[in-house]
Order: sequence, then C-alpha cells, then structure tokens
Amino acid sequence: MHTVVCIKQVPDTSEVRIDPKTNTMIRGGVPSIINPDDRHAIEAAVTLKEQFGGRVTILSMGPPQAIAALKEAISLGADEAVLCSDRGFAAADTLATSYVLWAAILKLSEEEPVDLVLCGKQAIDGDTGQVPPGIATRLGWPQLTYVRRIQEIDFARRYIRVERIADGGIEVLESRLPAVVTVGREINEPRYASLPGMLRAARYQPRIWDRNFLDLDPEQIGLRGSPTIVSKVWAPPRRQRPPVILIPDADRDPDAAAARLLDYLLKDGVLEWAPAPVPAAE
Amino acid sequence: MTERAPVAEQIPDFSDYRGVWVNVQQRDGVAAPVSWQLLGQAVPMARELEVEVGAIVVGYRVRHLAEQAIHYGADVVYLVDDPVLERYRTQPYAEAVARLIQRYKPEILLFGSTNDGRDLAGAVATIVKTGLAADATQLSIDRETRLLNASRPDFGGKLMSTILCKRHRPQMATCRPGVFPTPAPDPTRTGRIVEEPLGLSEDDIPTKVVAFLPEERRVDLASARIIVSGGRGVGGPQGFEVLRELAEALGGVVGASRVAVNAGWISYEHQVGQTGQTVRPRLYIACGISGQIQHQVGMQDSDIIVAINRDPNAPIFRLATYGLVGDLFEIVPALTRRVRELRQRLSQQRDVGPTPRSAASTAVGGNGTG
Repeated sequence: MHTVVCIKQVPDTSEVRIDPKTNTMIRGGVPSIINPDDRHAIEAAVTLKEQFGGRVTILSMGPPQAIAALKEAISLGADEAVLCSDRGFAAADTLATSYVLWAAILKLSEEEPVDLVLCGKQAIDGDTGQVPPGIATRLGWPQLTYVRRIQEIDFARRYIRVERIADGGIEVLESRLPAVVTVGREINEPRYASLPGMLRAARYQPRIWDRNFLDLDPEQIGLRGSPTIVSKVWAPPRRQRPPVILIPDADRDPDAAAARLLDYLLKDGVLEWAPAPVPAAE
Repeated sequence: MTERAPVAEQIPDFSDYRGVWVNVQQRDGVAAPVSWQLLGQAVPMARELEVEVGAIVVGYRVRHLAEQAIHYGADVVYLVDDPVLERYRTQPYAEAVARLIQRYKPEILLFGSTNDGRDLAGAVATIVKTGLAADATQLSIDRETRLLNASRPDFGGKLMSTILCKRHRPQMATCRPGVFPTPAPDPTRTGRIVEEPLGLSEDDIPTKVVAFLPEERRVDLASARIIVSGGRGVGGPQGFEVLRELAEALGGVVGASRVAVNAGWISYEHQVGQTGQTVRPRLYIACGISGQIQHQVGMQDSDIIVAINRDPNAPIFRLATYGLVGDLFEIVPALTRRVRELRQRLSQQRDVGPTPRSAASTAVGGNGTG
C-alpha cells in the first residue's frame, strides 16, 4: 500500500507581524513550520504504515526552503519526500495548487499505485481547506474531509470507513479506495521525531519536480492558472463604540459592582427573561 | 492566496453570466441559518447589478426549502430533489450544483463556510474551474466591473484581504456563518421554482453514509443570545466552572479565547475568534480576556460587551460597553448570586402565570452553589 501525505510549509502565524505602513507581512525572522493539521496527517499515515506496512510519501509544493519541512516529515517516519518547486508555481491559488499536486500524485502512482492521500484539513496561513477537494475532484476519487477517526481500512478490499465531523454531528462514511482524506487535531497526537528518524532526515534529500518534469500546462500553474487574486490588503476600520463605562471599585467592593452592572444590563434589556424596566419619563 | 499580484488583464465578456446565487445548505430538510444570512446579502448585491437572486436547493424532500428561500429573498430557486441526495455527500451534490451552474450561468455563487459547505464549494470550483474565495466576512459589489469583493480577516485578524475573481465565472465564495444578520422572512413574496433532474443513480456514488450521530450537547455559540467567555485570566478548567454557573444563571452559554482552548482548559467548540467562531450575541461577558485582535474579530459585533479584567490597560476595555477592573473570581460569583436572586424573585412574582421557557430550563440547578 502507498499513502501520499500532502503538506505545506507555513509561517508560524502566531509570530507574524505586520508592517503598518505597507500592510504586508514582515517575513524576516518568522519561523517556518509544517502546517499543524498536516502533522496529524503525517502521524495518521505513519500509524497506518506501522499497522499494515507499505510506503509513505510526503508531497509538497513550495519554494526550495520547504525542503526543511520535508526533511522534518522524514524524521517523523515517512519514507520518501517530493517537492514540487518551480518559479512558475509562484502566487498559485488553491485551483492552481491542486493542479500541480494532482499531476504529482499521478506521477507517484506510476511508481507505485497510490491507495490513500492524506492532508491536513486546512493551512493556518490561508484557512481555505480547498486544496484537498481540488485534488480529489481532479483525481475523480472520493473525498472524506474533516475526518476525526479512521474506523476501518482494508487495502486489499479497497475499503475505508471513517468518522467525519459534519455540520451538526458526526457521520460515519464508507467509501472505496483510493480516496482523499483530510484530518485535524482530533485524530491523533503526533509523535516526536525518533533518533534514527532524525539521522535519516539529516542525510535525506527530497526529489524536486518542476513543471517540465510534471509536463504541466503553463496556463494552469502559478499566477496565470489562478482565478483568484488578492486585490488589496487593508486595515479594517475599528467600529466606533462609545467609550467604556467603568464601574468603579470593582476590586474593592465586587458585590456592589456586580449589582450596578446588573442594573445596567436590565436597563439595556439584554436579559430577555427579565421584564423590561419601567422606562423613565422620556 | 497571500501573495499580492498585479493583474492588468481585461475582464472578458461575461454578459451571458447573470444573477447572484446562494447555495441553501440543509440537513434533514432543515436549512442552515447561514443560507438565509447569505440571501440577506445577495438581495442588495443583485439589486445593484440589476439581476435576479437565485437559490440552489439540493436534497431529498426539500421543496419546502425552495419556498422558504423565496421568502428570504430568492427570485428563482433551482431545485434538485432526489432520493440519492437524502444525505449530504460530496460527489452527487457537487455534480448537481455544477450542472446548474453550467446550465444557468450565475455570475456569483455563495456558500456557507461550514464543514459541509467548504467540502462542497471546493469540489464545485474544481469541476467548473473557477475561483473560490474562502471564509469571507464582508461582501460588496463593484458596480462598474460587476466584480464581487470578497473580504476576510487575515494574519490573525490584524488585516483584511479582498479577493477578486476577474477572468472566470461564476465568482464563488464561502462565507462565515454568524457574521451577517439573518433577515426576516416575507411569506408574501413570490418567485419561480425550477426543478432539475439529478441524473445519477446510487450505483454512481462511491460513498455511503452509514450512520449519523447528532452532536449531543452542542455548544451553540452562533445563535446564543448571552455568552460568558473566559481567557487566560480564568487560570484553568476549574475557573471555567465559575463562568459556567454565571452562564447558566443568565440563560447563556460559555465561550473561550484561543489561549484558554490551547491550554486545554475547555474544548475547541467553545472558541470565539478568528480561528474559532464568530458570534453576535445581545450580551458578551469577557472574563480574564485581554482582547487580542484575533479574539475581537469574533465578538466585536456583540450588542453589549462587559469586560472583567484585572489589567485596566487590557485592550478589551477599548471595546467594552461596561468595564470592571478587578478579580473575576470575586466579581463573577457575586454577579451569579445576584442574577439568581433576581430570577427567584421574578419567578415568585409570576407564580400565577406561566414561567418563561428560558427561566424554566436554567433556574438554579441543584448543585454548584457552594
């Protein structure tokens, strides 16, 4: 069996700072990480490999520095890693990204048929969650998104049953394989790299595939292949709110402060179980 | 999508694409509120473009939703009603929506950015090869170019990004639930219902839904009228018990900041903010929440905001209607006690009359007064 895990290297958004003059992200000094949901996808793939054997290939699209993320994935137990990297891929939106990853998965399938594609449910720098459905639709494979548990998987029978976090509840879905499955933090607790894993990662060099190798249509990659553009980035105007009414002495006499607050709330009519107060003469 | 790109191309002639459409998401014949919220946005946009408002209703035995969509502002509803569509599944739903697009050519199509909505929209956009903006919280029209401006908070809410789709139609976006108000339905409105066959049989579908377990005790932040929310200052899971008592007394629910959720003090479904849910309750009580931008974007449209915090310089006080500088572990229990007393008084006064629904379910519980 062959599992492909699609990952993305992202800036650690908890440390992103914005240049207030240009409204652009200050990239310098921001650490790059494997997208958090993708770590869970790697863990799920490695766990399946431990149970059933087979091979785990990591796949990513990005600039050459994304090699660091791929090597880290190797240290976590993946077997192989491929980076799709080409200047022509720059500024790709989700449609253009899924095109490249789709082509790469077909290429990987030529080496060994792919049974399962695992992805993180969304990336923290874009929060779209649109690339996995793009890949699945292009492959013509079922997509099982927001999966919190793989209940059963049978590679020989080409069968998978998962619990999916659907709107309003959990649904149990059965599907045929190959399929594209997306996961988040509910599914597992990612392991730390093992020492042998780290040693292997240190020596490992991922393969790098460009648009020529993948034989891609130039109209469908990068900026040209991206229907969406970010037309502007702007600082939202702050909603004008009247200045705060400070209730005094909340530290010295919390009970009296609570009583005053309750009076205000009753007057504002936000406690719908309470009768509206008798209005003062208008 | 985070790259800025200069594009000087002409917009091709799309005059055969007309209409602002909304996908009506439903489960078991009940529409997700975001569907109506988006129709509320589609109506003024369609007026500006001088076109019709369209709605897509896909499911099984869902004709009543087509009628509801008309009440909420649709001029024409495209209905695909088939037993295969009884449960949401990506492939048949995506094919149904894609076929409607290819046949009737809307210029704009909006989805709710729930799990099912994103799952569907991502597949549809790939089938019809068009642009899909994610998780928009603001929508507007450029009348001259007829372009949809789909804007969303980025970089943890510090900035807004506006996404355009110039060279492809329809222009599609998923939109955040709870951001736009739900309009009042008008049962006297009339419109057309266009029924389309699905043209798929069960054998064509590679997935089966074998069970559905509704969320047992769902935390319904999006439609809550009162939210008592906690952050770093709550200090741990025990601290949230104090907030829970106040929420119960008020007839509200408990929310949380990202810090509290990441620390494992409370589950993710309670999270308010950029990476959690967007809420607009009547009353939002922020306890021990400093008020980072990423939290503010999720709650700034609340009618009344109460901030309880030790630090008088916390940013939350710039947003709050009422501010209390002090120890939440003294103020919140005092408030809980006073609310309970008030409700008890009110229910005694009303002994003769019926107890209001909300009061009956949330009056002083047996435990937790210690």
